[in-house]
Amino acid sequence: MDNAPIYLDNNATTMVDPAVVEAMLPYFTQHFGNPSSIHSFGNQVGKGLKTARGQIQQLLGAEHDSEIIFTSCGTESDSTAILSALKAQPERNTVITTAVEHPAILTLCEWLEKDGYVVHKLPVDKKGRIDLDQYKSMLTPNVAIVSAMWANNETGTLFPVEEMAEMAHAAGIMFHTDAVQAVGKVPIDLKTTKIDMLSLSGHKLHAPKGVGVLYLRRGCRFRPLLRGGHQERGRRAGTENAAGIVALGKACELALEHMGHENTVVKRLRDKLERGILAQVSHAFVTGDTLYRLPNTANIAFEYIEGEAILLLLNKMGIAASSGSACTSGSLEPSHVMRAMGIPYTAAHGTTRFSLSRYTTEAEIDRVIAAVPPIVAQLRKLSPYWSEKGPVANPEQAFAPAYA
Amino acid sequence: MWEYSEKVREHFFNPRNAGPMEEANGVGDVGSIKCGDALRLMLKVDPATDVILDASFQTFGCGSAIASSSALTEIIKGKTLDEALKVTNQEIADFLDGLPPEKMHCSVMGREALQAAIANYRGEVWTDDHEEGALICKCFAIDSKMIEEVVRANNLSSVEQVTHYTKAGGGCSSCHEGIEEILAMVCAERGDTPQLAAPACASAPVKTPATPESKSGLTNYQRIRKIEETLEAIRPQLQRDHGDMELVEVQGKKIFINLIGACSGCMMEHATMGGIQAKLCEALGELVTVLPAREMARIMANAAAEA
Repeated sequence: MDNAPIYLDNNATTMVDPAVVEAMLPYFTQHFGNPSSIHSFGNQVGKGLKTARGQIQQLLGAEHDSEIIFTSCGTESDSTAILSALKAQPERNTVITTAVEHPAILTLCEWLEKDGYVVHKLPVDKKGRIDLDQYKSMLTPNVAIVSAMWANNETGTLFPVEEMAEMAHAAGIMFHTDAVQAVGKVPIDLKTTKIDMLSLSGHKLHAPKGVGVLYLRRGCRFRPLLRGGHQERGRRAGTENAAGIVALGKACELALEHMGHENTVVKRLRDKLERGILAQVSHAFVTGDTLYRLPNTANIAFEYIEGEAILLLLNKMGIAASSGSACTSGSLEPSHVMRAMGIPYTAAHGTTRFSLSRYTTEAEIDRVIAAVPPIVAQLRKLSPYWSEKGPVANPEQAFAPAYA
Repeated sequence: MWEYSEKVREHFFNPRNAGPMEEANGVGDVGSIKCGDALRLMLKVDPATDVILDASFQTFGCGSAIASSSALTEIIKGKTLDEALKVTNQEIADFLDGLPPEKMHCSVMGREALQAAIANYRGEVWTDDHEEGALICKCFAIDSKMIEEVVRANNLSSVEQVTHYTKAGGGCSSCHEGIEEILAMVCAERGDTPQLAAPACASAPVKTPATPESKSGLTNYQRIRKIEETLEAIRPQLQRDHGDMELVEVQGKKIFINLIGACSGCMMEHATMGGIQAKLCEALGELVTVLPAREMARIMANAAAEA
């Protein structure tokens, strides 16, 4: 039992809830019809989709169930939202986003820039917060859309998206939020906000991979990304991923039930994990806005060591986490989120993210608290920035390698 | 996650020769600012014999950076400084049963630390002239700086040419967009437009005259002259990188070349040889193999044994 694997990488993806699997299974062999068909095979599937739409409407607090458009993933929802806003308002050429968005937004924006569009990225402060006054000054008539994430995937920091949406609305600008990390973890009631579009992804909330949603407020000008059949009222052509959609519906129903648990039990375990590690490990700190963030995410920077090395040693102990270090992403640069917050390189490379779920237990957290300090000590022993008692005096000067 | 060999894992979990060394008389501190990896290599050299009596390292870096450091210290212990300087980054990678292409720079960092530590011991100053860019071609581990330099130096304007010169893009072809971006940038600098590949990917099949030797219709003398002319055309490109090459022997389809100067032991050695081979195939109109001259004795012996 002691070596049973511990999964603390729920911001990457989650286990599919067994109840969700049970709900979707009949849609492979029993209710396999095409919901567009007139016969009873199709009809049953149509009913399943309708139920799912309602369950998602509930979780998001959407006014109408027709505001839910099923897609294949969060990335598709993000691309659809931004490209639609530009296509529907050809006289506007500017996108406002933030420096810490997911690549689903940032890479798209870079590509748009090559096509001549203007992209403004809001900077963040040391805790990953934006300045609303600066944001307000950017809301000019040539802006087609603002896209800001609800919760940051690396630090869990929440943006005040409801307030940002109000401000965009007041300036006559569409507002989109990538909420893939927030949905199911923080209460959302879209009908009381001015948010025009919202992206969510099934596999972040215990539904399978390959299904997502774009919430589209009724009346918001829209131009589909995929054209073809009449599915999703012509707003997203392509035969529905029926089993995945039914699963997502069930997962949303369960997420609503567990919202309280997430914000009490999971939050307490997360706080215990942070306190337990920081009490034993010096020169480590929690990144992001610790007062306003997701209940399940702990991102700890361990100074003078590198994240991939930490993950490999954690993995050896059966603990799954993730890192903002360059080496784990396949890119050469450390996480753009850490750099945007001005975290020094020697700490940014050592950031480690533990993301919990409703399945995380107290015993697991205790094991992680015990496992981390020796791992950090072991790697610091190898580090040229570290001496026996602590960091070498003036670490940046004592070790100043010739960089290639 | 990366696919590390057992040997990499083993050297990461149980690094050899880790930690500070009080009595070191040669120290090299190097790093790769892009990746944030950094390495301090400490040597204890016998002043009478130039033999490396002991080596140790401290590394801020990922699993393969630590494993490469550990491997390096194991390889060089007991060698003289001149012998140690002949260790290539490829040897470090081979010692570890290979590294993923994204991680080859860890072995380069090891070799650079060695050069820096030996320079420090000899009272010289080591400066690095290798600039590393973003990895473009994962199949052949070719980075953006390398592609940019080759495109600029040779006035290249198509992905196909880039593949001939550097190998980049010659594998799975998913990096062609990245290569086209570099071509567009460099071509714009010289007021040119890049040649885009045919949209349907119907590039002309590579000429593969699978014919016996000398089907090129050249006499042996003419053929060697042709080889020399082709090499002369490539030479400035190598010299610009403080390297050079010499033609050592031509044995039928096997052409033996020595890379010298900075080209010798460079992480791009493999790619450089590949590029030379592509140019020679083009010039001669036949398939030839370019091989390092240091392997000549072994290869010819094998060939003789097979015959």
